[in-house]
Amino acid sequence: MAMAVETKIQAVVGMEVHAELLTESKMFCGCGTQFGAPPNTQCCPVCLGLPGSLPVPNHRAVDHVLRTALALNCTINRNSIFHRKNYFYPDLPKAYQISQYDIPIGSDGYLDVHVNGEIKRVRIKRVHLEEDTGKLLHAEPGTTFVDYNRSGVPLMEIVTEPDIHSADEAREYLIALRRILVYIGASDGRMEQGSLRCEPNISVRPVGTDELNAKSELKNLNSFRVVHLGIQYETARQSLGMQRQRGEDYGATATIPGPPPMKVDLGDLGLTQETRRWDDANLKTVSMRTKEYAHDYRYFPEPDLVPVFFDEAWIERARQCLPELPEARLNRYVDQIGLPEADAAVLVDECEVADYFDAATAAYSGDAKKIANWVQGDWMRLFNAGSRNWAALKVQPEQLAQLVQLVDEGKITGKIAKDLFETMWETGKAPAELVKEQGIEVVGSEDQLNPIIDQVFGRSDKLVADILEKGQHGKINALVGQVMGATKGKADPALVQQLIRKRLGLD
Amino acid sequence: MAELWELSARALRDAVASGDVSCREVADAHLGRIELLDGQVRAFVTLTTDEALAQADRWDQARAKGEALPPLAGVPIALKDNFCTRDIRTTCSSKILGNWRPPYDATVTTLVRESGALMVGKTNMDEFAMGSSTENSGLFVTANPWDLNRVPGGSSGGSAAAVAARMAPLSLGSDTGGSIRQPASLCGTVGVKPTYGRVSRYGLVAYASSLDQIGPFARTVEDAALLLNVISKHDPLDSTSAPLATPDYTTSLTGDIRGLRVGVPKEYFAEGIHDDVRAAVEAALEVFRQLGAIVEETTTPHVEYALASYYIIAPAEASSNLARYDGVRYGVRDFRADDVLSMYELTRDEGFGPEVKERIMLGTYALSAGYYDAYYEKALRVRTLVKQDLDRCWERFDVLLTPTSPEVAFRIGEKTNDPLAMKLSDICTIPINMAGTCAASVPCGFSNGLPIGLQIIGRPFEEATMLRAAHAYEQATNWHQRTADL
Repeated sequence: MAMAVETKIQAVVGMEVHAELLTESKMFCGCGTQFGAPPNTQCCPVCLGLPGSLPVPNHRAVDHVLRTALALNCTINRNSIFHRKNYFYPDLPKAYQISQYDIPIGSDGYLDVHVNGEIKRVRIKRVHLEEDTGKLLHAEPGTTFVDYNRSGVPLMEIVTEPDIHSADEAREYLIALRRILVYIGASDGRMEQGSLRCEPNISVRPVGTDELNAKSELKNLNSFRVVHLGIQYETARQSLGMQRQRGEDYGATATIPGPPPMKVDLGDLGLTQETRRWDDANLKTVSMRTKEYAHDYRYFPEPDLVPVFFDEAWIERARQCLPELPEARLNRYVDQIGLPEADAAVLVDECEVADYFDAATAAYSGDAKKIANWVQGDWMRLFNAGSRNWAALKVQPEQLAQLVQLVDEGKITGKIAKDLFETMWETGKAPAELVKEQGIEVVGSEDQLNPIIDQVFGRSDKLVADILEKGQHGKINALVGQVMGATKGKADPALVQQLIRKRLGLD
Repeated sequence: MAELWELSARALRDAVASGDVSCREVADAHLGRIELLDGQVRAFVTLTTDEALAQADRWDQARAKGEALPPLAGVPIALKDNFCTRDIRTTCSSKILGNWRPPYDATVTTLVRESGALMVGKTNMDEFAMGSSTENSGLFVTANPWDLNRVPGGSSGGSAAAVAARMAPLSLGSDTGGSIRQPASLCGTVGVKPTYGRVSRYGLVAYASSLDQIGPFARTVEDAALLLNVISKHDPLDSTSAPLATPDYTTSLTGDIRGLRVGVPKEYFAEGIHDDVRAAVEAALEVFRQLGAIVEETTTPHVEYALASYYIIAPAEASSNLARYDGVRYGVRDFRADDVLSMYELTRDEGFGPEVKERIMLGTYALSAGYYDAYYEKALRVRTLVKQDLDRCWERFDVLLTPTSPEVAFRIGEKTNDPLAMKLSDICTIPINMAGTCAASVPCGFSNGLPIGLQIIGRPFEEATMLRAAHAYEQATNWHQRTADL
């Protein structure tokens, strides 16, 4: 739900997203990156920061960031360098993180996002590459364990300008961004697993101004839903805070419709630059202000690494390797296939689904809209029921095309096609094969049907009389039903109807 | 009949290869000498006797089977204690590492093992390579074999002393601002700092990442060249390792330097150079002339700023490199601490010596918000100017000659209360690290029985020319034949 239009105060949101990159090995060493290994089993001197160890960059990770930056319309900084970000924390083995500072791989890009029927351009400030930290596990009070398996995993950071002005816009941005990352294979984008992390920076200002006030950063948000709620809440909280601070009425209220409905904690309206976390039990943000030290990271260029030089050839290759991006694909479906935008959006949402659709339409000579209906309908229903398991999927796109072709040719009815599809789903057998096996080819010619119609008419004098003499045309369906029954459903009901009406002399 | 410990590495290598002597005999001779002398010299932190003997046996057996021997088989070698050696205590002469045993070998350690050299021990140093006398060691002070009341120089004092006392014919050190060359000068040995990127830093405990390089100590230039051959290899584990093939440095030791263009930057001869040092170096210039080199004065005007900017850049990088010593994963930890922050503070307070703390604070300050531009970035710009001075020299000269150290070995304790005076020891060596090029120190005289060193600076990656010049000078003089009376 967007903020009510009557308020004279506006949320100013910049999004910071971290995505774990899909690589075989870590950012600066050869250790594996698989999730879930026993603690401290995917480590080596480099990612443990042992004395004397040195980093060597993972080329694939650099490439992922390059392609992401291109997909986000960024300028590529030809001589990109790494910087050290220095701070002390037990999950940071070198006491510095190798990251990027003033010369990130990509800068000054944008992403166009669809929000409530309109297109909103969100400017991308920077796209850069860094390494992840280890993980702390707090056990009994006073004991914390450290697992360095995650230490050194390649991480991409994408930061926007504060162009976002509502929770809805933020959510659409996240969805669109995540979709691109999955499309280009840079990340699997799972917030719940931590491979996609989002930290919105939120402040407010009176509408019509361009003030940039103290912002709070929300951390530990583990789903799109919580990002949405957090931004709504924080916007309301800060709006009230600003009202109180400035003695102005901006129309802000403590009640947030949501859903779910939330209420701002009136004891916590202070406006200051801080970090806050989302409290899902109480549906509010809470300050994480502990003994906060001034975060002077003392950035300086990483002396153990040389600059990454992107020459024209590399950039061109990366550009060529970009798949058709979601926006372009959606436009193609709408413009060339004639799909309604809503339908196209459903198909495009998941790259693999759209790939499947494309493969099916490539094998099909008819109107692709029919394939679209199948994919969005029965295919999607069965896919969801099977927990969206691509590995278990038996129906090939070409087989779907064949099925639709058979219906087009009148060889099977639409209803039978639906049943057949379920069998195809379970067995992976081609439709033509199944039709033969089950002998369900449509009884479709007049020659085949007329004798059956004769028989049915033969025993339905009263029905025929009702129709012809009493005008009870509704009872034609009963005749159709009998013919269908006699053909065990294999007849095309439309044709049967047509023939019966002809026999009755009605058309 | 010479004792085995009197022989050069080359002679030992040849004797082993021809079967005149066994590796075991060589090992025993040197281990015996270490046992005899190290109580006085204190060059070693850890002796690796078992390791040395095991390797000696291994190569003796190989020879007996008629297998080809690697290039340094049977030659004893000592490693500075900031080289990671698998399962062997590595301290960087600091309390903070405690009894830490690395689970891995530095690349250079591996290369040394593969060369057949017998590792006899890890040597004492200034803590984390910060210092010019080895008095900053958190463990104990090493003595100069020429006068046991004097310092061997630093930070690779132990490695220099071990070679000077003939406890091993070869050793390895690290050089960030002069830490190989200056102790080589004070101990009367050959010391070489290769071009930055020539030798892998993987496994060298970092002090200042953009300045550190590993290099050899030896008693002759030829021996140094043999060792340089072994360690100068491109390493994919070190992103700053130059992807260059390794020449055979021994082939450049022709003795012929006719026509060699020698530059003498006048700024290195300013006041502050000890009279005997000045005289010895000028006499050396004369030898070069007699050998047919063309010797000419030149200028490197920005060198006066090199020391100051070094003492911003190196501590800045060190403050970051040493932040990992926090008691969490290895080394010592103060277990009395109640929370993480206290643990960090207590551990580092107790574990680091005063010089290390001072440099960490200095470096942190230079990098901090509001000061970065004025200090760190400014220092980087000065560094570029220093490098450009040398780049201009390379247009006209093949090598440059300067003193290595402005003075000879000073008394233990003489400068510990004057850190600035201590740091001036490196005034002639620091600019070379700042520019990233190579330089060697060779003995060129004595002052009251204390060695004086001549610094020969070479073009980046042209160690061959630098060694040729060093070797020619050495062979035309007798300094290298004089040994400490121990």
